[in-house]
Amino acid sequence: MNIVVCIKQVPDTKGGVKFNPDGTLDRASMLAIMNPDDKAGLEAALRIKEEIGAEVTVLTMGLPKADDILREAMAMGADKAILVTDRVLGGADTWATSTTIAGALRNLDYDLIITGRQAIDGDTAQVGPQIAEHLGVPVISYAEGIKIEGDYVIVKRQYEDRYHEIKAKMPCLVTALSELNVPRYMTPGGIFDAYKKEVTVWGRADLKDVDDSDLGLKGSPTKIAKASDKVRKGAGEKVVLDAAESVEYIMGKLKEKHVI
Amino acid sequence: MGLEEYKGVFIYAQQVDNELSGIAFELIGKAKELAADLDTQVTAVLLGHNVKDLIDPLAEHGADRVIVVDDKELEVYRTEPYAHALASVINEYKPEIMLVGATAIGRDLGPTVSARVKTGLTADCTVLEIGDYPLNAAPGQEQLHKQLLMTRPAFGGNTIATIACPYNRPQMATVRPGVMQKLAPVKGAKAEVVEFDPGFVPNDKYVEILNIVKAVGTVENIMDAKILVSGGRGVGSKENFQMLQELADVLGGMVSCSRAVVENGWLAQDYQVGQTGKTVRPNLYFAIGISGAIQHVAGMEESDMIIAINKDEDAPIFDVADYGIVGDLNKIVPALTAALKAELAKE
Repeated sequence: MNIVVCIKQVPDTKGGVKFNPDGTLDRASMLAIMNPDDKAGLEAALRIKEEIGAEVTVLTMGLPKADDILREAMAMGADKAILVTDRVLGGADTWATSTTIAGALRNLDYDLIITGRQAIDGDTAQVGPQIAEHLGVPVISYAEGIKIEGDYVIVKRQYEDRYHEIKAKMPCLVTALSELNVPRYMTPGGIFDAYKKEVTVWGRADLKDVDDSDLGLKGSPTKIAKASDKVRKGAGEKVVLDAAESVEYIMGKLKEKHVI
Repeated sequence: MGLEEYKGVFIYAQQVDNELSGIAFELIGKAKELAADLDTQVTAVLLGHNVKDLIDPLAEHGADRVIVVDDKELEVYRTEPYAHALASVINEYKPEIMLVGATAIGRDLGPTVSARVKTGLTADCTVLEIGDYPLNAAPGQEQLHKQLLMTRPAFGGNTIATIACPYNRPQMATVRPGVMQKLAPVKGAKAEVVEFDPGFVPNDKYVEILNIVKAVGTVENIMDAKILVSGGRGVGSKENFQMLQELADVLGGMVSCSRAVVENGWLAQDYQVGQTGKTVRPNLYFAIGISGAIQHVAGMEESDMIIAINKDEDAPIFDVADYGIVGDLNKIVPALTAALKAELAKE
């Protein structure tokens, strides 16, 4: 079977986040990583490959430097990598992004498409379901378990207070939660091989059945009216006290604020 | 496309097990404000099977009209029949604004429907208002009025963006649960009821649900709590959460937690606060043994008062806490519980 995993390069907002003295985000200091939910999706694909055999292709849309995460994916075990990059694709919202990726996917044979549920920079969770909609395949979001049974995929679909076990006929798109698994590390041999392999690079002309008017900034129905770094509420008091003093301190504040 | 044909503020009235979710009422509350600014009405779209009992509660919370699609195919949420129903309602009734809750259902239904009706969707909004796009008149670009301006956090809560959808309709947004205020219900209020049947023709997208497994013991919702006693990795073990529970009990609050706690299996995900959990804004939030990763902070920083207890004086939680105590939670928490008990016994 053929599995395509859609991945995204994102700034690392976990751990490596630094702020400028004025409280704004210091983006320059942040590392670019493979989005965590996408990595879990890749791991799920690699496990299917090991269990029943599959060809795993990773696909990303981004700047040329997104080549890094494609190499990482191949070092983990992906067989092929495709980078979709073109100046006309820049500034895309989720509609234009999903249109672009769907246009690239139409060139490929796929049984299963896996995307991360959401990327840690935008947190929208929209691109996966929208790709499925453009391609006309079933979507199962929020997967915390994926297994293959013949022509079907069985997914444990998470909700707030329950999960559904869902059976869908392939081809199908599944969005992965990072809770799905613990992704493997790259192996030294894998890293070596990954840099010998070729990354296929596609531009606008390689996208199938896509109108120019649906791409990039111009093709994005949503427009940013304003963007700013969040001004956080400043720190309050901080005290170092022993247990008895701490209790007295907290009780004082609770009384002052009429909680008790 | 004739954008002026699109009228009215619509909300998706999410129900699960034929019970309306809180977000449905929150969306009506917000929609009433937007509709007042636009001089239009609020329509709730109710999808499900045998859901007609849910119409009156929507009316009592402020819906002027309820469009109901009631069909066996909608008995349990599945993306395709629900997306088909909602997209059909949009195409038939042409709302200018369509609001959906940013729930595990809405974040699947919203993007699917927006792609189907070809419009923009802004995710996880925390502020919605009517205004101009662009915000300030600029030469060479027509300034449009009465646009929906949708504000949302991004970048793990580090940036805030205001988004418009000026040239497509409906203007769609998913809205974070727990942020908008529901209105006090007006007993006996009635809405205009419209029954709509878009027709359902099952295909491969009508996936099969093999099994539904509900989490047990999740009666109360941390989003409704006025006081939360929240624990993180620093609490140390599942057993130690009993200590937090006792503090919560004496204050009449609830226990909640950070993501690490869920990952360690100490508490169920229903109790998780943060970017991948719930957004809460209680009157009082205790952050106990929580380091304060931005993903966590994004879900609790709007709390009225935050008290943090952590042994690490450099923990980032102290940057958002109103009152921070550097100390040993194992000693402070039980002593605080005892002191509160004594204090309350006096009254």
